[in-house]
Amino acid sequence: MPATYEKIATTTLGSAATTLDLTSIPATFTDLRLVVVGADNDSAGYNIRFQYNNDTGNNYSFTDLRGDGSSASSLRVNNDNYIFAGSMPADINVPFLATLDIFSYAGSTFKTALVESSTDKNGSGSTRRLVGLWRSTSAITSIKLISNGGTYKAGTIATLYGILKA
Amino acid sequence: MLNTILGTLSSGVAASTSSYESIATFNATGSETTFTFSSIPSTYQHLQLRALFQRTTSTQLDVGIRLNSDTGSNYSQHSLSGDGSAVAAAGAANNSYVAIGVGPGGGTGNYFGASIVDIHDYAVTTKNKTIRSFNGADTNNAGISAIRLLSGAWYNTSAVNAITIYTFGDAMNTGTTFALYGIKGA
Repeated sequence: MPATYEKIATTTLGSAATTLDLTSIPATFTDLRLVVVGADNDSAGYNIRFQYNNDTGNNYSFTDLRGDGSSASSLRVNNDNYIFAGSMPADINVPFLATLDIFSYAGSTFKTALVESSTDKNGSGSTRRLVGLWRSTSAITSIKLISNGGTYKAGTIATLYGILKA
Repeated sequence: MLNTILGTLSSGVAASTSSYESIATFNATGSETTFTFSSIPSTYQHLQLRALFQRTTSTQLDVGIRLNSDTGSNYSQHSLSGDGSAVAAAGAANNSYVAIGVGPGGGTGNYFGASIVDIHDYAVTTKNKTIRSFNGADTNNAGISAIRLLSGAWYNTSAVNAITIYTFGDAMNTGTTFALYGIKGA
């Protein structure tokens, strides 16, 4: 039987890549927690995005709360093809942190995730909190980190944990 | 060894060397308007409550918690929230609960709200208790969609030994779960 809070996998990019995949996720836990630390290899400020089970359809939506150091704003996007998790700092040497808590990922209802994104570049950056939805009743068996055109720097690391309720 | 009997549920938990342990879980059957985790052991440093919830009616209202069955005006909270178009800040002093999330109403099918609630130093008897909640629900425009950060306080130095969850009279729908975890200190 798995422990209550257990590391499932760690994936590190050996070279710059457009995606980072976590696959073969077992259905033995209750919730998943994904922690990603990485950087924008192109120093262009590309978006951090997630997809589940290689679903590229418009089956995602999210509601966002953001502060950028001067103002706060909220955005909602419906019928999109990814979960948005903020933008990377436009500097290859400045890392971002993103976490994804997915609830009842192997259950039979739509999948709700709470997302945190933190980027700071000493004069720019943002902090975001989002709730994301994947309108599928399938168990999540894979998570893919993507962006809107850029690449993730070598050394970008994603660690996936499983959390098991009593 | 960790064995606990909590509320109307009982769950025996095997001995573990982990720092993060499951204490108990409540799974709604569709008729409950409240649930209490009771006899919470004081052997951890912090508590975390992870919830997935939906209300049975179409009304979308707060889900709240009270500690140690205290129904007095001994709580306060502040929140920052976004609904997809506007940001709002709110506060409540001398409150009778701390809000931990908003549940989509019944009729929204497979859509559930989620919440992570942390109660730090819950068993330390020289401090009032601090509560933090990160919660949200997105329904792709089928119902409520909102994201909220909330901090709360319980003005009582007693160790927390019970957490009551309630939905202000509206039953929690099947599929709603509240899972309580204990986090050990060094």
